[in-house]
Amino acid sequence: MTKNNDNDGPVVDRRQALECMIWAGTGVLWTMSGGVPVSSLITDANAAETKGFSFLQMSDSHVGFSKPANPDALATLNDAVEKVKSLSTKPAFMIHTGDITHLSKDKEFDDAAQVLKGTGLQSFYVPGEHDVIDEGVGKAYLGRYGTKDTKGAGWYSFDQNGVHFIGLVNVMNLKAGGLGYLGDEQLTWLATDLAGKAASTPIVVFAHVPLWTVYPEWGWGTDDGAKALTLLKPFGSVTVLNGHIHQIVQKVEGNMTFHTARSTAFPQPEPGKAPSPGPMKVPAEDLRKFLGLTSVSFVQGDQPLAIIDQTLAAL
Amino acid sequence: MRNDVKPALRKAAGRVGQWRRPGMQAALAGAVLAVITLAARAGDAKAPADAGVAEVHIDNFAFTPAELSIAKGTTVKWINRDDIPHTVVEKGITFKSKTMDTDETFTHTFDTAGELTYFCSLHPHMTGKIIVK
Repeated sequence: MTKNNDNDGPVVDRRQALECMIWAGTGVLWTMSGGVPVSSLITDANAAETKGFSFLQMSDSHVGFSKPANPDALATLNDAVEKVKSLSTKPAFMIHTGDITHLSKDKEFDDAAQVLKGTGLQSFYVPGEHDVIDEGVGKAYLGRYGTKDTKGAGWYSFDQNGVHFIGLVNVMNLKAGGLGYLGDEQLTWLATDLAGKAASTPIVVFAHVPLWTVYPEWGWGTDDGAKALTLLKPFGSVTVLNGHIHQIVQKVEGNMTFHTARSTAFPQPEPGKAPSPGPMKVPAEDLRKFLGLTSVSFVQGDQPLAIIDQTLAAL
Repeated sequence: MRNDVKPALRKAAGRVGQWRRPGMQAALAGAVLAVITLAARAGDAKAPADAGVAEVHIDNFAFTPAELSIAKGTTVKWINRDDIPHTVVEKGITFKSKTMDTDETFTHTFDTAGELTYFCSLHPHMTGKIIVK
């Protein structure tokens, strides 16, 4: 991470933003205190010390994918579930940030649900673009994951231990030449959802495609993501969790912490480091080092927040 | 006369191999006859019903060629050669493919002159243009 002391303002160009991203190895621990986040590389020993309320993030399982980058995406999802089961501290629940399936097929949804059930955790989902390519353009997803609380294409919010969680959908009605898209209906709902909340309420927003611009050349961003982030600006602690790019990228801007999770299926290249964002082929014995899941901990009181990533390797 | 017909037959026969459905082959047999008839009536002012097939490849999250100029009546065939599914959707949704997984194809015939922009609805930064003259 390159520090740029000359740049005090909030405006950061893309090159600087890329410089500020942390390409993590085994994991990164975030501690947030008084609005100043500090990050440091962590080991599993640090992770075990984290006490309090924690939840898991899983992403991009692509059940049904069977190409050379991972001939059996269901098997690696199963490994992820085994990893969850082996955690010393049981998370309160799990969120899945989309691309549960590869082609939105019934069998893929069925297989994924069957394996994910193994976590024994209450789970919250948002769809990825691969989950809404059924003939009904998202009906298959909503039929399974829609509840009385989900709105529109599947967005919703809920509260847990004083933290307000918001699941957004940014993979519908995408525009030619554009990126991810939330749409006005959802943004209006978000404004209403946040209205009246105390600025001290910790907020966790999760959606499939990064809500911030990671790399527009590969579509890694959300056209109207900035509108959502503007609505979240008044809050003292905002954590934005995304998937889609199959690798860890992190950024801190003001009171907002942005984090993308690894996939449980296959890695994708770092921005611009390959001709396309297609699946990155790695030696079979190394695949699980590139896959993983994320756990996020809140410690009540002094409000530190920790995001811990771990790979599926060395179960 | 014979020289006119033969390339048309060869071209059409080549496409029979690519279309696997028997119904398509029957339709093609009809098309071949139509081409022969047209060749026989070279002075006919009507545009041919089949001006051939042009291909657009999808490689590395990009349409190649990104811009394609074709004559009216041309059928464009998109082939997805990526490991990731893609779609072809015209901006105004005048035509739209189903999701194409690896090696799957989509065809559309362009009968009206004009410029049409299309994109992949999964990866909308992927765009292409068809110019029909």
